[in-house]
Amino acid sequence: MDRLLNVTAALSLVLLILVLVSVRRAHIRVEYSVSWLAAAAVMLLLSRARPLLEAVRRWSGLPDTPLSLFLFAGGVFVLMFFRFSVVISHLRDDNIALAQRLAMLEFHLGQVRKSIGPNEN
Amino acid sequence: MNRPAGPESLLVIVPALNEEAAIGGVVRSVREHVPGVPVLVIDDCSIDGTIAAARAAGAEILALPHHLGLGGCVQAGYKLAYELGYGYVIRVDGDGQHDARDIPRMFEQLKRSGCEMVIGSRFVNGGGLRTGAIRSLGIRFFRAVLRPILGKAVHDPTSGFVGVNRRALEVFSHSFPLEYPEIEALVVLQRRAFRFEEVPVAMRPRTSGRSSITAVKSLYYIVHVLLGVFVNVLKYDRRFRRKKAG
Repeated sequence: MDRLLNVTAALSLVLLILVLVSVRRAHIRVEYSVSWLAAAAVMLLLSRARPLLEAVRRWSGLPDTPLSLFLFAGGVFVLMFFRFSVVISHLRDDNIALAQRLAMLEFHLGQVRKSIGPNEN
Repeated sequence: MNRPAGPESLLVIVPALNEEAAIGGVVRSVREHVPGVPVLVIDDCSIDGTIAAARAAGAEILALPHHLGLGGCVQAGYKLAYELGYGYVIRVDGDGQHDARDIPRMFEQLKRSGCEMVIGSRFVNGGGLRTGAIRSLGIRFFRAVLRPILGKAVHDPTSGFVGVNRRALEVFSHSFPLEYPEIEALVVLQRRAFRFEEVPVAMRPRTSGRSSITAVKSLYYIVHVLLGVFVNVLKYDRRFRRKKAG
């Protein structure tokens, strides 16, 4: 049990550092790093504060403390994946609208060029 | 491409992806059977000579900067047609399956009936091109699903040979399914109490390339389209309830 909590704490710490470094290098935008940082911080807190983890176990009605830790972690990551699906869907919609607009503007530009005549260059 | 002459103006759009071998023949055929009508090929970022072949055959080109899929490609054409003021648009596939000789009849039906969409149907008179077993099963399945939603039978819900008027163009400019759009588009229109009719058409086996819907993709197709249909039904109900409450 202790080893498991130590490993979880270490992994949370690695995640925390990785996200902070990624934000610093602008690989992740700040607004998308918040949920990762929060998840890593909560996992770190749970793995270091046994009474808190026990409270989570009692609250969730699970028989096993490590199971409640992993259930919590699983729940957090499922929520994060859902959030990113929403973000990606918005980005895709915006991307499609922009691509269509660009194609239409190029079309209009081509029409204007045609109406002006051959390029003098 | 000249600005459209008026509310009766027609534009033929041809969505195409890597159709170098067929697109020239499609464009020439359309220009032969509906002379004077501009043909717009919407290129979904082909990696072959589709654009050059279409241009050489006399089409105007709307070149997408990256691959959007069939729905995004067709919607780009609808948006441009709406922006340019066209009254009617008929969509013909770029693989040579649709017979351009049917376009004048579809256009006449669009104008005469006043309905928002005309579908070129392989099956409306019991005839039509033979399709594979899985596709045939899919068509039967969606006929049964759509019958109660649309309030009338649709014989060929997966047909891409469709004509729309300006009212439908306006709707599709803002809301058009991005993947496998044919079936969902029918529901989008029906939710706005628009009407559609079917016109019997002949379809040929594709002259080149392969269908994007393979046997493996069929299951995904069915789930995706079913979900899209029901999402559209739910969207409408929510708006309707809000209106009623207001």
